[in-house]
Formats: sequence, structure tokens, C-alpha cells
Amino acid sequence: MSAETIIEARAVSKWYGQFHALKDINLTVHKGERIVICGPSGSGKSTLIRCFNRLESHQEGDIAVNGIHLHPKMKNVADVRSNVGMVFQHFNLFPHLTVLMNCMAGPMWVKGVSAAEARKTALQFLERVRIPEQANKFPVQLSGGQQQRVAIARSLCMEPAVMLFDEPTSALDPEMVSEVLDTMTGLARDGMTMVCVTHEMGFARAVADRVILMDAGQIVEEGKPDSFFGNPQHDRTKLFLSQILKH
Amino acid sequence: MLYPDTVEAEVLVHKPWFVATMFGVVFAIFLAFNLTSTSFGELMRPVIGEPSQSGLYGRFAIAFVIALLFVLNVVLIGFASLRVQIAIVWFELLLLFLAFFATFHLSLPFIREKLPFLISQGVVTTLYVSAISIIIASLIAILGAVAKLSTNGFAYAIASFYTSFFRGLPLLMQVYLIYLGLPQLGFVVGAVPAGILALSLCYGAYMTEIFRSGIQSIDRGQWEASRSMGFGFSLTMRRIILPQALPVIIPPTGNQFISMLKDSSLVSVIGVWELMFLARTLGQKTFQHMEMLISASLIYWMLSICLELIQSRIERHYARSKVR
Ligand SMILES: Nc1ncnc2c1ncn2[C@@H]1O[C@H](COP(=O)(O)OP(=O)(O)OP(=O)(O)O)[C@@H](O)[C@H]1O
Ligand SMILES: [Mg+2]
Repeated sequence: MSAETIIEARAVSKWYGQFHALKDINLTVHKGERIVICGPSGSGKSTLIRCFNRLESHQEGDIAVNGIHLHPKMKNVADVRSNVGMVFQHFNLFPHLTVLMNCMAGPMWVKGVSAAEARKTALQFLERVRIPEQANKFPVQLSGGQQQRVAIARSLCMEPAVMLFDEPTSALDPEMVSEVLDTMTGLARDGMTMVCVTHEMGFARAVADRVILMDAGQIVEEGKPDSFFGNPQHDRTKLFLSQILKH
Repeated sequence: MLYPDTVEAEVLVHKPWFVATMFGVVFAIFLAFNLTSTSFGELMRPVIGEPSQSGLYGRFAIAFVIALLFVLNVVLIGFASLRVQIAIVWFELLLLFLAFFATFHLSLPFIREKLPFLISQGVVTTLYVSAISIIIASLIAILGAVAKLSTNGFAYAIASFYTSFFRGLPLLMQVYLIYLGLPQLGFVVGAVPAGILALSLCYGAYMTEIFRSGIQSIDRGQWEASRSMGFGFSLTMRRIILPQALPVIIPPTGNQFISMLKDSSLVSVIGVWELMFLARTLGQKTFQHMEMLISASLIYWMLSICLELIQSRIERHYARSKVR
């Protein structure tokens, strides 16, 4: 792979107090790559991707996003963040703003785009997640699946180089999961660079270029979906897959 | 409003046991007083004859009629719609108040003579002292709240010292301390600026705590979403956190505003000619204290009602994003 590198993590370690949450993580995300991270609860998946836009700090090793190194004294963290979209498990839409304003806020307030321009972009991305008709409602008036799609549109409006997803479907009712996954699949088709923490193995199989299993703060296994699901190398992966595919 | 159930409960005031109890209690209370020599006894003359001669029978009849009227009134109001109920009860309570004031035999001409000055000097002073203090206090409160939530040791120490001190001293003491104390340091301040300073500092301290708890009540996810989009601290605060904290902050802040309006009367002790000061002094010469005190009370009340109305309007405005 010679494509341009978007995220580069080298020998990253993180502690919460005494607790070693990330242990020597090495991961490179290239432009256009789709990466799925899975693993048992508490294994550090959220912590890892939250380090990529510096919602969390790492103590050892190095993370570079678009060539910008993340460290405590950095001055241009906003440049990194406006280039890295993040979608949360609980959506975290701004409840006091309409759907449209949720999408316009980033471009207008961070990038200084004009209101008319931001509106155009917002409507375009709301169209893309297929809810343009909800633009003037408030987030509470939408279903969970719709809210999550708005959250995706909100991130896309910043036209980020990479999108991070932290269990975007695990707070949703089953019938809403697929509408969000469809949206994400569509994004992947269009060539968006994505890092997804998810337990939706069907999505991983269909979309991912690489699947990663984390356990106890470490990357245990990493591979193409075929080999990851068809021929896992580590016992931990086999155990995890058997548990998650049991039902 | 509390969460309304869709199944209507039986109206309390129409339950026989409640009506009977109410009747019994009111009857017993009025039986305990001998009302035959009051104007109500006079009204009952056709039934009980000469009130002063009517004895136990008169007393009994009066209590019975009062209890009957009371119960009838309550039961009838129970049939009305919510809005009408509220209006009638307000109106009746007001009437009772007026009846109470009427017993003072106030001199209306005296009130009419002094009222213009009471308003043009007293109300105006009270209003501008309160308004300026409220604005300054709100600004202090935002700064104080941010400082108390910050990880900066200096900011936290100063803010917590400030709130502790100004919440810990009686406001009256603060008024004196600032008016009499600041000149010791070489700053001679007028009575009005000293009063405004004391009110602002004191209420700023209370409101700091209100703002702090309001800001803290906002979910972490809002900060994370804002940060993840590249919003800086002040942008997040202004556009995301404060607008959501306002609905939490406004009811207790409205309380503070109303309370400050009345506490502004404390600056009368340093000779500011506001409403309270004039209410005490205008009637002094002619010993017509009650006239001015009651007028001023009503004015304070009306001003408070205005603030209540403003508050409820604002609350309704912020309820928009909550409706489903
Ligand atoms: N702020 C924190 N302070 C202390 N420990 C934390 C903190 N956040 C996370 N941890 C710990 O770090 C570990 C990794 O947490 P993380 O949230 O990354 O797990 P996860 O893999 O995302 O799990 P889940 O699937 O439950 O979301 C957990 O053991 C958690 O208890
Ligand atoms: Mg997680």
C-alpha cells in the first residue's frame, strides 16, 4: 500500500492512573481504508480511537494525524479535530439546535463558512443520509436511527479526512441498526476513510479492509476479513468470535 | 407541570368526606370567635335579630353561614376549568387582602399626594439600582462559575474565596463594609455606587453557584462532540453549553432577581432614596406610616410580578427544543 497515510500510531501507551489502558499500539490508517476494531468490553477500543482526535491523551509513543503530531502542547489541535469526524454511541447531537443547525454549526463556527454556504452543504449531506425532510426539527423529535444519521451528517459537513465511529449502532433498537449501517456502507463505497469500533460482524465482513481485535489494551489480531473470520490465528480471537456469533 | 396522567382522578373537593371535613373545620374555627359584634354580625341582623343580644344562637348562625359559603365556594370552583379556577382563586385572595388593608382606614388623599414622588424617585432608583446590579452579578456569575470549574489554581482559589466570603456575610454588613470601609482605603464611593457594588458582589456569589451547577448539569457528551468538531473552549461555552444550561439556570436565577429587587431596600440604610427609604420617611412627619408602607409593599409586589411574567416567558421560549 503506497496510499497516503492518514493516521499513524507508533508504540502508543496510555494509562488511567495506575491502569494500563493501551499497551504498545501500532496502527497505520491509509487514505480510503476501512478499518473495523472489535474486542470485549473494556479492552480499550474507545480509548484508542479517542486518542486519534485527542479527546484522550496518550503518554508514550507517537500519534500523527495527516502528518500533525499529537502532544499536550500542540497549538493546532482544532486543525486535527476539524479533519477527523467522530460519531458517538449516544449521538451527542446538540439538543438546543435544529437538525439543520447541528450540521451548519461546525462549518460556520470553526471554518468561518458563510451561513448560505453551510446551509447548502448541510442539506446536501442530510440528503445523503436520507433525512432532508427532518432538517427543521429538533433532535429529540427524531428516532434513534435518524439521530445517529444526523450525527453522521454533522461530521461529514466538516468534510473530514477520516471518520471515527465508536459503536454507532449499539444504543439503537434492532430495526434501526440497519439504516445506520446502510448509511455507513454507503460512505465506505464512496471512498471515505473510516475507523469503526463495532460488533456488527456482517458490516465488518462486507466493508472492512482490515479487522482488528483488541483485548486488554493490546491489538491481538489484525487481518483481512476473510482470514480474520475464516482462519483466526489466536485463541483469543476464536473465543471472541465464538461468543459474538453464538446467537 | 407535573407529569399529567391521562386518566382523570376524581376531583378532591367533590368528595363527600372532604366537603364534610372542610365544613366541620371552618365551622369550628369560626365558632371559636365571637363575630356577633363585627360587620358580618350586622349583615346577619335579619336572621339573628340584634347582634349583641343574639348570644350563642347568633354565634352559631354566623359560623354556620360562613362555613356554608366557604364550602359552596370551593365546591363550585371545583367545577370550573383550570384557568378559570386559577383566576377566581387569585381574585378572591386579592379581595381578602384588600379587606385586610381596608381595616387600616388608610388616607387615600395622602397616598395620592405622595404616590407620584414615591414612583418618580423611589421606584426609579430601586429599579436602576437592581437592574445594574443584576447585570453585573450575572457577569460575575459566569466568570465565577467558569473559574470554579477550571483547573487553574489561582482562578479556583479566588472564585471559591469570593463565593465563600460574600455568601457568608449578611448583605446588610456588606453594604456597611463597602460604604464605610472603602473610604479607609482611599476610595470615597457615593451611596448609590456602594449599594450597587454590594448587591452585585453578594448576588454574584449566589449566582456563581447557580451557574456552576447549571453548567455541570450538561452531559459530558456535549463537550466531547463540540471538542471533536474543533470547537474551542469559549465557543463551546457560548454556543453549546450555556444555551443548554440556561433552562436549568433560569428558574433559580429568576428567584435571585426577585429577591434582589427587594434586597435593594437594604441600601436605604446608607441613605439612598429608593422605594424603602421613601416609604419609611414620607409618612413620618404626619404619622401616616401605614399609608406609605402599604403602597410601597404593593409596588414591590407588582414589580416582582413583572419579573415572574418575564421569567415564565423565557422558560416557555427554552421549552421549545424539549417538545416532542
Ligand atoms: N476516564 C477513565 N478513567 C479511568 N479508567 C478508564 C477511563 N475510561 C476508560 N477507562 C478504563 O479503560 C479501559 C478501556 O476503556 P474503553 O472505554 O476504551 O473500553 P472499550 O473497549 O471501549 O469498552 P466498551 O466496549 O465497553 O465500550 C476500561 O477498563 C475502562 O475501565
Ligand atoms: Mg467503548
